[in-house]
Amino acid sequence: MKFNNLTITEREKLVFGSSPKPVKTKRGLTIGDGLVYPELNFTLPPMGINETTLPDIRKEYKQIVTKAIERAIQLESNGVVFEFETLLEMTLKPEIGIELTKIMNDVCEHYFQTKGFRSELRLTPNDIRDYERPPKMRTSSYLDNMFELFERGAEQGGDLLSIETTGGKEIFDDALMMCDTKTVMFALNVLGVRDMKFVWRKIVDIAQKTGAIVGGDTACGFANTAMVLADKGYIPKVFASIVRIMTVVRTLVAIEEGATGPDKDCGYEGPFLKAITGTPISMEGKTAACAHLSPVGNVAAACADLWSNESIQNVKLLGGMAPTVYLEQLEYDTRLFNQAILHGDEMVLNLQKLLVESDIHHDPQALVLAPANVISISKEIVKGSSYLEASKLGCLKGLEIIDEAIQTGALKIKDQEKNWLSRIREEIQSIPEKEDEFIANILPTLDESKWIPKEYGL
Amino acid sequence: MTSMQELSQYVISGNASKAEELTKTALEEGMKPFIILNDGLISGMDVVGERFKNGEYYVPEMLIAARAMKTALKPLQPKLVATGVEPIGKCVVGTVKGDLHDIGKNLVAMMMEGAGFEVVDLGVDVPPEKFIEAVKENNAQLIGMSALLTTTMVNMETAIKAFEADGIRQSVKVIIGGAPLTHKYAKDIGADGYAEDATTAMEIAKELIV
Repeated sequence: MKFNNLTITEREKLVFGSSPKPVKTKRGLTIGDGLVYPELNFTLPPMGINETTLPDIRKEYKQIVTKAIERAIQLESNGVVFEFETLLEMTLKPEIGIELTKIMNDVCEHYFQTKGFRSELRLTPNDIRDYERPPKMRTSSYLDNMFELFERGAEQGGDLLSIETTGGKEIFDDALMMCDTKTVMFALNVLGVRDMKFVWRKIVDIAQKTGAIVGGDTACGFANTAMVLADKGYIPKVFASIVRIMTVVRTLVAIEEGATGPDKDCGYEGPFLKAITGTPISMEGKTAACAHLSPVGNVAAACADLWSNESIQNVKLLGGMAPTVYLEQLEYDTRLFNQAILHGDEMVLNLQKLLVESDIHHDPQALVLAPANVISISKEIVKGSSYLEASKLGCLKGLEIIDEAIQTGALKIKDQEKNWLSRIREEIQSIPEKEDEFIANILPTLDESKWIPKEYGL
Repeated sequence: MTSMQELSQYVISGNASKAEELTKTALEEGMKPFIILNDGLISGMDVVGERFKNGEYYVPEMLIAARAMKTALKPLQPKLVATGVEPIGKCVVGTVKGDLHDIGKNLVAMMMEGAGFEVVDLGVDVPPEKFIEAVKENNAQLIGMSALLTTTMVNMETAIKAFEADGIRQSVKVIIGGAPLTHKYAKDIGADGYAEDATTAMEIAKELIV
């Protein structure tokens, strides 16, 4: 662990629109420096991706960005970030992703040159190593496609580089369904950490070569899967809350390797990263209900520097095309945040208080994201001398916070949920702090057909 | 005489070794295999399913119960085959071509196994021909297809057309599920059912083929 102290130590400093280490994009958006900007995410309507449909796909993406910028200009927006999270075929065939990046960047540049409107493009290729099972995390030929898209996409205007890496997911998925705390910890904090180091060193190299900004990662495929399963009643919410905390050190590795933020929207571990490292973050909450439901709709905004909608199909709604509609929603939210900022620190904290208190009594997943709790948990995380110890300390603090809220009546959860608290605590406490010992204990319990240890240097 | 209620209880509590032991005893006592299956094992899983539906159980409890049932089925299976008792249905499941999401599909497989179906899980990124091959090999009556993306859901239609072209469509029911899908889409592409979650998938499967 490279971070042994918090960059933001006081809960009052962990607020929206302000980061100790702002990031300036090539068209002049400074993220985390006193304004919150919308980050619009989008995807195609139901359609295949092939040679026949490519002309329509080009039109779709061009239309999405054009219409959104035009509406943003009408609304006198301060600027907008677009996230181009590619679809699998666009990373499999990087030339598609590269071309679409150029198409959208050209639109952004056109409005910058003609209207002075500042917009920026985040390029998020897919982690397609999962096409092979068990995946070859370090030797897969798919890595070439991923890194080609990063490099050539950055050259064509993908200014912020991000990815949802999947290291450890082949072990994680089954463990999550069983609420197997130890194996989930192993997947995230041993395998995930190792894979993050491997991938992010290469992304940082590409960014240095191309002049792009090294955004950050997200444990979306891990903790958001847990969040959605908990929402459906498939796993306990307290377990999903602890999985969220477990993702912190894993995603932190990107910043250790050189990422500067803004971290990616669907990583709800972002507030912890911001507290620990001071880098700006993108977050999504109620505006992401178009893509997935969540129990953190308001609290997620508490310390956001970019405010996102996760993903919306380009379909027609009564108000207009869906991405334009969502741009408008994001813009009005960010106006509100920015108006509070104009009024000063007290107003920021008052608005933040409402965002936080409106959610934290309903769900433990919201509770652990409250800035005060983020600071408490992060303080424990940075005490760890290893990733494993750091994660254990953070999780135990999270459990303590949830427990206390239940005891005081600040959080009401089902009795079945309560039974899981002690079970999770016992399992976490029994995990050795020394990685070698943990690995030796857990290896014999894992299904060898699902993963390749040497692909993680094991 | 071995109590089927007791066997059900072992399934419900996920006690695999006790469930297996009791199944063996019941067989030794001459109890009919289909009685053990229906009144002991499946009725236990029915309770588990009901508790899950009511929010009293989570997936881990259900998985543990399903494992207990699977373990108890080992000594029972040869006797069931010998007496001509078939699983309540055979189902092939997979995530369609181009899509790598599989947690939802895994949950469906688990629910269906718990309900007494034999499930062949083809994994992710499954092309139509692999579904066809698996249906023929296993003599399956049901195909369950999953997709999570707007750009891969269209591959379900392609798959159903391939099932029709091959001639297997008439002998299998097709259920689809996944975040971007709707009842209307299922109807439009000629699927027999749309399930918005794993429990519904299992219920529809039962309705369609049992």
